[in-house]
Amino acid sequence: MATQHSRSAARLMMAPAVILLLGWMLVPLTMTLIFSFKKYLPLRGGDLGWVGFENYARFVSSSAFWPAVSATLIIVGGVLVITLVFGVLLAILLDQPMWGQGIVRILVIAPFFVMPTVSALVWKNIFMDPVNGLFAHLWKFFGAEPLEWLSQASLQSIILIVSWQWLPFATLILLTAIQSLDSEQLEAAEMDGAPVLKRFWFIVLPHLSRAMTVVLLIQTIFLLGIFAEIFVTTQGAFGTRTLTYLIYQRVLESQNVGLGSAGGVYAIILANIVAIFLMRIVGKNLDA
Amino acid sequence: MGRITLDKVTKRFGDVEVIPPLDLTIDDGEFTVFVGPSGCGKSTLLRLIAGLEDVSSGQIRIDREDATNVPPAKRGLAMVFQSYALYPHMSVRKNIAFPLRMAKMDQAEINKRVEGAAAVLNLTDYLDRRPGQLSGGQRQRVAIGRAIVREPAAFLFDEPLSNLDAALRVGMRLEISELHKRLETTMIYVTHDQVEAMTMADKIVVLRKGNIEQVGSPLELYQTPRNTFVAGFIGSPKMNLIEGPEAAKYDAHTIGIRPEHIKASAEAGAWEGRVGVSEHLGSDTFLHIHDTGLGEAITVRMNGEVDFKYGDRIFLTPRADVIHRFDDQGLRIA
Ligand SMILES: Nc1ncnc2c1ncn2[C@@H]1O[C@H](COP(=O)(O)OP(=O)(O)OP(=O)(O)O)[C@@H](O)[C@H]1O
Ligand SMILES: [Mg+2]
Repeated sequence: MATQHSRSAARLMMAPAVILLLGWMLVPLTMTLIFSFKKYLPLRGGDLGWVGFENYARFVSSSAFWPAVSATLIIVGGVLVITLVFGVLLAILLDQPMWGQGIVRILVIAPFFVMPTVSALVWKNIFMDPVNGLFAHLWKFFGAEPLEWLSQASLQSIILIVSWQWLPFATLILLTAIQSLDSEQLEAAEMDGAPVLKRFWFIVLPHLSRAMTVVLLIQTIFLLGIFAEIFVTTQGAFGTRTLTYLIYQRVLESQNVGLGSAGGVYAIILANIVAIFLMRIVGKNLDA
Repeated sequence: MGRITLDKVTKRFGDVEVIPPLDLTIDDGEFTVFVGPSGCGKSTLLRLIAGLEDVSSGQIRIDREDATNVPPAKRGLAMVFQSYALYPHMSVRKNIAFPLRMAKMDQAEINKRVEGAAAVLNLTDYLDRRPGQLSGGQRQRVAIGRAIVREPAAFLFDEPLSNLDAALRVGMRLEISELHKRLETTMIYVTHDQVEAMTMADKIVVLRKGNIEQVGSPLELYQTPRNTFVAGFIGSPKMNLIEGPEAAKYDAHTIGIRPEHIKASAEAGAWEGRVGVSEHLGSDTFLHIHDTGLGEAITVRMNGEVDFKYGDRIFLTPRADVIHRFDDQGLRIA
C-alpha cells in the first residue's frame, strides 16, 4: 500500500465513508455551536438573535450547575471504582479453570447486552420498589424497614444500576489482559518467594494497569453522558441531576435551546479532554 | 549445600505418564545437564524439582530433607526460565532485588547484593533500564542475576540459551560455566542441545520419554554409550549406526562408528562409496557418503579442507578399536 497509485485509490474508496461521518458529526456540532451563541426559545418567541457568550455565563452561574457537576463526578467516580475493583476480581475468577467456564463467561457478559432503559426499569421496578421490590422483601425478611432506594439513596442506587451495566465491559477487557500475562512470570515470582497477594500486587496489577487505564477512560467518556438510567428512575430529582440531565432539562423542559447548547459545548470540551488522554494511551499500547 | 535426590518420582498429567518411576541423585556442587529430544520430560522434571508441579508419587529430597510437599519458595532453589520471565514493569535493579525484597532483607544489604551481582554479570550500566530496553543476552544475564542474589542451594536452568543467536550462545555458555566454577553451587541445566550438554556438564542425564537412558560424565557418554539412543544422541555429527551383515562381522546387531573415527582414502579401504554433500566448516569437513551398501549414508569427519568433490569415488576404513557394538535390544555389548 505504498505506491502513489494505490494511495490515491485508497483515498477515493474511503471518501464516501469519511464524508458521511463528517456530515454526521459536523452538522449537529455546528448547529450546537450556533445555537449556543443565540437566545433561542422555541415556544417563547423563537430565535431572538445573537447574545455572544451570555448563555455560557448563565449556564455556569446557575444555581443548578455546581450540584450537577458534583452529581456527575460522584456517579462517574463511583461507577469507575466499582467496575474496576470488581472487574479485576471477576476477571481473575473467570481466568481460573473451572467447570462450565464458557457459560459462566457468557452470563457475566450478558448485562452489557441489555439496553440501559430496560435495565434501569428492571432495577427500579423489580429490585428497588419500596413495596414490591425484591430488596424490600429481603429487608422485610430480616425484619428491617424497606429502604426507599431511589429517594433515600438515590445516587447510590443509580451508581448501582450503572455499575451493573458496565461491569461486564470492564471484566471482559481485564480478562483478556489477564490472559495475556505470561505464566512464567508468576512462577518466577512464586520461586522468588512472593505469596499469592504479593504476586497479585507486584505482577498482576502492574500488568493490568494499561488495560485498567483504557477501561477508565472509555467508561468516563460514556458515563459522562448517562441519561436513560436517570430519566426512567429519578428524573433528576433527589440530587441525581447530572450535567447531561441538566442540559436536557434546559432544552426540553425550559425550552431554552441556546442555554442547553452552551451546556452541550462544555460537555464536548470535557469529553474531548478525556478522549485525548485515551488516544495517547491506546496509541502507546499499539506502538509497544 | 545442594544435594538433590529423586526417589521413585513419577508424574502423570491425567492418564498420561510423563515421568515413569525415576531415581536420580545430584551431588552438591555438581553441574548436571538434562538432555533429550523435545517432549521427553526435561522441563517437567525440572519443574518437579522446583516445586512448580506436584509429583504424582515418590519423594524429592534436598540436602537429605524431604522437600516433596515444600512450596517452591521454601526449597531454596532459583530458576532461570527459557523466556527469562523478567518483570517487564520493573527496572533491572528492581528485578534483581525482587527476591530479596520478598525475603524482607534490609535495603542496605539488598543494594550491596544487587550491585555485586550486577558487577559480576556486567550489568552495572543497565541497572536503571527496563527489561524491554535490553538485548536478549542482557536479559538473560538479568535473569541469572535475579537467581544468584538469593544465594540458592541450587540453580535450575530451563533451556536458558535457546532464544539467543549462535555467537551469543557460545559466549553465555562460557559465562555460565565460569559462574559455576566460581560459585561452586549445584546447577541443573536443561537443554536439547548436546553441544551445550557436552561442553558444560559434570554429569549428563540423557532422557527419553521420561526414562533415564544413561547418566555419566560427558566423556563416559561419548566413549561408552549404554545403548543406540545415547550413541546417536551424543556427539556431533551423529554416530553412524550400521546394521546387517557388516555388523554381523563384529558379532553385533548394530555397530556404531563415529564420523571422526573413519579414515577416508581415494585408493583403497574397507568400504567403497560415492561422495555426496560435503559441509565445510574450515577446521573440519563433514562428508556424506552414499552407495556404500551399508544402509543409510555414512558421515565422515575429516580435518581441514579435503579435495573430494561431489560424486567422487571414496574408500572408507573404520578404526577397529573404537567400534561400538550393540545387541538386538540396542544395548551395548561390552
Ligand atoms: N500441563 C501439562 N498437561 C499435559 N501434558 C503436559 C503438560 N506439560 C507437559 N506435558 C507433556 O509432558 C511431556 C513432556 O513435556 P516437557 O515440557 O517436560 O518436555 P521437554 O522435554 O521440556 O520438551 P522441550 O525440549 O520441547 O521443552 C510432553 O509430551 C508434554 O506434552
Ligand atoms: Mg522444555
